[in-house]
Amino acid sequence: MNDMTSSPLSPTASDTQEPMVRFSGVTKRYGDLTVLDNLDLDVAPQEKVAIIGPSGSGKTTVLRMLMTLEPIDEGVIYVDGKPLTHMESNGGLVRANEKYLRSVRGNIGMVFQHFNLFPHMTVLRNCTEAPINVLGLSKAEAEERAVELLELVGLGDKLGEYPQRLSGGQKQRVAIARALAMRPKVMLFDEVTSALDPELVGEVLNAIRMLGKQFQLTMLMVTHQMGFAKEFADRVCFFYEGKIHEEGPPEEIFNSPKRERTQQFLSAVLEAG
Amino acid sequence: MPLKSIVVTAIVAFAAGLVFASFAGYELFIPGLLEGTWITIQITVGGALLAVVAAFIAALARMYGPAPIRWLASAYIEVFRGTSALVQLFWLFFVLPQLGVTLSPMTSAILALGLNIGAYGAEVVRGAINGVSRDQWEATIALNMSRVLALRRIILPQAFVAMIPPWGNLFIELLKSTALVSLITISDLTFRAQQMNQATFRTLEIFTLVLLIYLGISLLITFGMRALERVATGGIVRGRAS
Amino acid sequence: MFWDWDYAFDVLPVLAKASIVTIQATLAGFILALVLGLVFAIMRMSRNRAVTGATTAVVEFIRSTPLLIQIFFIYFVLPEFGIVLDAFLAGTLALGIHYATYCSEVYRAGIEAIPRGQWEAATALNLSPATTFKDIIIPQAIPPVVPALGNYLVALFKETPLLSAIAVLELMQTAKILGSQNFRYIEPITLVGVFFLIFSLIASAAIRYAERRLSTIGKR
Repeated sequence: MNDMTSSPLSPTASDTQEPMVRFSGVTKRYGDLTVLDNLDLDVAPQEKVAIIGPSGSGKTTVLRMLMTLEPIDEGVIYVDGKPLTHMESNGGLVRANEKYLRSVRGNIGMVFQHFNLFPHMTVLRNCTEAPINVLGLSKAEAEERAVELLELVGLGDKLGEYPQRLSGGQKQRVAIARALAMRPKVMLFDEVTSALDPELVGEVLNAIRMLGKQFQLTMLMVTHQMGFAKEFADRVCFFYEGKIHEEGPPEEIFNSPKRERTQQFLSAVLEAG
Repeated sequence: MPLKSIVVTAIVAFAAGLVFASFAGYELFIPGLLEGTWITIQITVGGALLAVVAAFIAALARMYGPAPIRWLASAYIEVFRGTSALVQLFWLFFVLPQLGVTLSPMTSAILALGLNIGAYGAEVVRGAINGVSRDQWEATIALNMSRVLALRRIILPQAFVAMIPPWGNLFIELLKSTALVSLITISDLTFRAQQMNQATFRTLEIFTLVLLIYLGISLLITFGMRALERVATGGIVRGRAS
Repeated sequence: MFWDWDYAFDVLPVLAKASIVTIQATLAGFILALVLGLVFAIMRMSRNRAVTGATTAVVEFIRSTPLLIQIFFIYFVLPEFGIVLDAFLAGTLALGIHYATYCSEVYRAGIEAIPRGQWEAATALNLSPATTFKDIIIPQAIPPVVPALGNYLVALFKETPLLSAIAVLELMQTAKILGSQNFRYIEPITLVGVFFLIFSLIASAAIRYAERRLSTIGKR
């Protein structure tokens, strides 16, 4: 399992391996509001991190900044050892241009709460579009890869369908296959079951569980599915007011949270069922 | 306008057309009017093509271009929207030759009307592109697509569908504005109408028929755009992303 | 030579006088459009299917056909029925009727935007249809659509040069006459274009400002 028990809060702690993702002093503001406050976070390769917390705590912002959907105000994000948002220039770091950004961003994939499938393309084309046009795969190669992934998530018979015809759970599974077709090292899941009817949640979680193991992915998941987090995650981070309030292995966080806010949040969530 | 109104209007137009065509002596002016109709259609089609090209270039330039290009595009849009088609037509026809550039009347017509409608079209294009949900852009970022690729393969195809109804209205405006070319000596339908009127003095029939022909062409445009919309959406529900 | 400033300044006063005709035609035409448009809008809401059908057909017919032809129609066809109008009247009438069809659409949109509850309250208070319209519906329907109406005013203004086709001595006709008299069209026509452009830009800005102000006025 995961032997990275050293505190990720201090980046200089001795690590057995270079972290796959590193947030270093990252701050994000919206006007007067500080959404993320000097965040330090390391994620080891193949580690599965669940991010929980109340809304407004900054948890979704963490993912969105890693996916370069939002710019950061201070600090640096590193992916697989390389800075993501900045590039090295004359011995220092400057803001990255689009070309450099894209070269590092290819390591990251994301699945969204509202699927964001391309409505004017079939399921198959949704999954081959980026591999063909971004990775340069031939149509045959891209389709082979896409079919393999779609069959893995149980949608091998829906290749020619348009997204409108699919259920929420099916759409999300397509979204997962689409993201994985780009073979990222890091996968981000932004509340991917929150928009689903309860009976469809299981099929999506199963897909995530299976693919996480098969493809040896590093994962960051913002989720309200505490049961899934408890069972699947290597580490749980509880965010509060833009900072990591408490973190640790799931057993620790869920069964014996140390800090009061964590306890309050967990009891409120578990009460709501 | 709703389908029922179109059908009702079409039936009325057709019936009225038959009634008038049955007047004795119609062969005096119908051939002339038909020749004029052909010219009108040519100018409409030519102007429409130019308008679409100009609109896309101006809209994309304004949204994604560097500052000087953006300024140029804005200037084009403001000038051609701020002055009327007739002013632009007359300017090309009367002023340009005195500045050393002489265009044929047809060229002036297509240029003026096409650029005029194109300026309005630029807003339609811009609105449609902005109307594509931000979620789609985010999906392209998550798949590490370049902006150009995202625009080309994901955003524009979706914007295209949303654009069709407003473009239909603009094409009808274009059709109506072609009547103006009769004032720069082009033998379009309006010119022919006046010509036939001078020749035969069948004023009421001629002008009513002319109005009906314009109406007929505008109905064709409306139906054409509806068909285009059906083809473009294929299996997709209009306006919804997944 | 591209531009002769002396000539430009010479023709400016003549054009200024002609602009008065342009403005008269604009205002007269637009007032007609506003009033007739309201009539069309109300007629289209009638319970009587024949009335709605006929009005819709007429409105769509006028909207979908060139204004220029309608100008010719009124100027050349009406005399055959004994109604002879001078060019200015004929042109203004055509402008007014044509833009009345656009205004009627704007009014319809404004009226349809009124919540059903308002109609129901009027019924509950036993108000007559006329009073309902006059005191309840119209006062609420108009302010939100003023910007749209303003845009059509500007559009009508920019189409007044069409009146030059029946020799009304407005701006464009005057510019053409000056051009042919002096064998030089550049300055008159460009000045007319610039005049329309400046006015149109100012008017659009004013309308946008009015739109912002109107939308911040508190709703119910």
